[in-house]
Amino acid sequence: MSDHYSIVISGEAGQGLRTIEKLIDQALKRAGYHFFSTSEFMSRIRGGNNTVEIRIGNSPMFAFVDRIDYLLVLADGAIRRLEGRLSPDTLIIGDRSSIQRKYQRQYDLHPVSLRDLADQAGHRITMNTVALGILLGLLNLDPRPELRKIKRIFASKGKKLVDINSMALKLGQREGLRIPRRISLTPQESIKKGWLADGTRAVTAGALTGGCHFVTAYPMSPSTGVITRMSELADEFGLVVEQAEDEIAAINLSIGAWYAGARALVTTSGGGFSLMQEGISLAGITETPAVIHLGQRPGPATGMPTRTEQADLNLAVYSGHGEFPRLVLSPGNLHDAFHLTRRAFELADRYRMIVIILTDQFLLDSISLLNPFNFSGFSYQNHFREGRPHHPTYRFTDSGISPRIVPGHGEGFQMVDSHEHDPWGRLTEDPDLRRRMVDKRMRKLDAMAGEFLQPEVIGSPDCDTLVIGWGSTFGPILEALERLNAPRTACAYFRQVYPLPESTAGILNRAKQTVVVENNAGGQLSRLIRQETGIATDRKILQYDGRPFSVESLVNQIGRIL
Amino acid sequence: MKTRYDRPGRFDINWCPGCGNFNILKALRETLHTLEIPQKNVVIVSGIGQAAKTPQYMQVHYFNGLHGRALPVATGVKAANPHLTVIAQGGDGDMYGEGGNHFLHAIRRNPDITNIVHNNMVYGLTKGQASPTSREGLVTPLQVDGVISRPFEPLAVALTQGASFVARGFSQDVPELKKILAAAIRHRGYALVDILQPCVTFNRVNTAQWFREHSYYLDENHDPTDPDQALQKIRNGSKMALGILFRDSDRFPFEDRLPGYRKTGKPLFQRKPAYGRIKKYLAGGW
Repeated sequence: MSDHYSIVISGEAGQGLRTIEKLIDQALKRAGYHFFSTSEFMSRIRGGNNTVEIRIGNSPMFAFVDRIDYLLVLADGAIRRLEGRLSPDTLIIGDRSSIQRKYQRQYDLHPVSLRDLADQAGHRITMNTVALGILLGLLNLDPRPELRKIKRIFASKGKKLVDINSMALKLGQREGLRIPRRISLTPQESIKKGWLADGTRAVTAGALTGGCHFVTAYPMSPSTGVITRMSELADEFGLVVEQAEDEIAAINLSIGAWYAGARALVTTSGGGFSLMQEGISLAGITETPAVIHLGQRPGPATGMPTRTEQADLNLAVYSGHGEFPRLVLSPGNLHDAFHLTRRAFELADRYRMIVIILTDQFLLDSISLLNPFNFSGFSYQNHFREGRPHHPTYRFTDSGISPRIVPGHGEGFQMVDSHEHDPWGRLTEDPDLRRRMVDKRMRKLDAMAGEFLQPEVIGSPDCDTLVIGWGSTFGPILEALERLNAPRTACAYFRQVYPLPESTAGILNRAKQTVVVENNAGGQLSRLIRQETGIATDRKILQYDGRPFSVESLVNQIGRIL
Repeated sequence: MKTRYDRPGRFDINWCPGCGNFNILKALRETLHTLEIPQKNVVIVSGIGQAAKTPQYMQVHYFNGLHGRALPVATGVKAANPHLTVIAQGGDGDMYGEGGNHFLHAIRRNPDITNIVHNNMVYGLTKGQASPTSREGLVTPLQVDGVISRPFEPLAVALTQGASFVARGFSQDVPELKKILAAAIRHRGYALVDILQPCVTFNRVNTAQWFREHSYYLDENHDPTDPDQALQKIRNGSKMALGILFRDSDRFPFEDRLPGYRKTGKPLFQRKPAYGRIKKYLAGGW
């Protein structure tokens, strides 16, 4: 077998798949293995069929694969849905009674009755603990840290729960050790120091590091995790966390907070972001900073609430009525989810600008390791000043950035208006003032240009084929190109999708052939590139079935055009 | 009377001569002037409409935002810096129509803000259409056969939602209005001050004279701590009550109850990211 393994756990909503995933990831980190895990789930609370994919390997990865080496079945009905991903090499682990006979004949089965083991441990409810035990056995991992963890988790719920879960884990682990082909990799010490995170956690920590002390949202998958995590930290970090009555309130609450000098975050998804349009426009004309995390999922309207897509680039780029500048950042991995979110706050504050962080369900719900980094390189500086008398809110400057004051901090008045206004923030309909104010606002993008994040080219820029990606397609593209191992092929990764950095045209022109990979139907980045640079990309690889690109699918599609 | 809140210099006022807004502006400036609040700590957040232009004609921190959205902005300001005195101001369409959902939820949250609503029962800036508080039968350029919906009852809604301060004033009685405004601003918690006001251009039915004939002041016998009594007294026959209907001074305001203020009362603009703790959070896993 290769040096990468893929384990898929399949069960119903409510069976605790997410808990198994988090615990096994922790065990993998402790063991010193590279791993990546991602979950896909239905929009329901109980039942249905959900899966978690856990990849383990000798090198880092941040991509989904179709291949399933081990399928651990927790409930009936899993296999029919996953059949296309099974191969003669797949080992199915599960209860004979949960797997139709025809599949038992077709695939390699290692029969284990999770239900019986759970009953034996003391209660059916421990099935997910049994599953965790089986995985520990399959991976040859020491179960003792997990036993300690169980003690901690269930301590408050009584000795009986600790006992039956400990027993379930032991029974499962013993069963896992009986699996004929088990996974064995060489541990790497450095991994043990990695920081376990999903995209949500990376965005959350990035916001905190960026000085965010205020977060508001109306719950909407897949973006809710950010406010949930911050709520857990509110006391310790002194954060104001408020669930708004709707997204219109959320964006306006955050605008109020920024006006009063706080750094505030709004987290939402497409539908909620649509409701915020008017508020985004308000931030635009009042030059109130704003940081909006837009976790994409498939639309239109309700679309597929728990699935993934990259179809809100246009929405972000053109959000809000009227003309005003904004910056749109699109992290493609955990590292960037952290660093771009941190940076968003700095830039929003300094330029009195709207910054949108565009993620998606795939990135937010995928778990891997962040390479530890030092915080000593970061510095924090507020960009408002202590107020003095006669301070104009919208002073004309070369950069377009008018120094900001906040109420309650010094003298002067911060007079802010959603009407067109004069430098003092008093409303005006004067045509000359209007023109100058529009120019002043737009000029801020020129001032910011030196800080734009240029696309990163991996491989030689003078290539035959340049594969272009933004956001979460970066991981799958990178791995697909590694597998293809084609000479003269490179990848261009856009961390900043709007404004398109000025190096874009040059990078595209150096390649003989350009291919854009996007998780949407319209090729939104491709169109944006054409609009901004006049360059038409040669090919598009688009996917809009609500699922992330698999490495195999990209290998096939890119391979065909090389 | 000259006040610290008077806008200096010469400027044009967008209101029609005789508009009730002039009196409300005067009452607000004078009330703020006499209250012992540092002027630099006062913020007026307003929506859009003729009423919402009030802070434009004052010397004060203001955020003249969007139609209907004054309350969430004001709540954000207050939550980010509880030391500020925050007023959310607008008209009946602004607060009860476009901002209706925020009105309901601001009451539930109970932030320490004063919500001033100029209620002239008609839309002015958009030229005379019905507002949520227009009486049934009011004929307008858009409701040509007269309004068929029942009027929104802000005081009843606020009381039944558990608002901690509910009052009604009348723009043409500045001395009484000032007393109500002062009490509302002093109140710790959400305070609704609905102000009846004539629109001299678009509402020829609910005129100043009409309001005088259709209102009465609550007397000393009224117990403003009794919500049931308050609810009964909103109307007396065809007459609307003026004065402080209800006040509950014991409820903690929203911002006092936020976990983010448990360890420190520092406003958010004075807080810095705790790198050490964030790093620990990241390294700690789950």
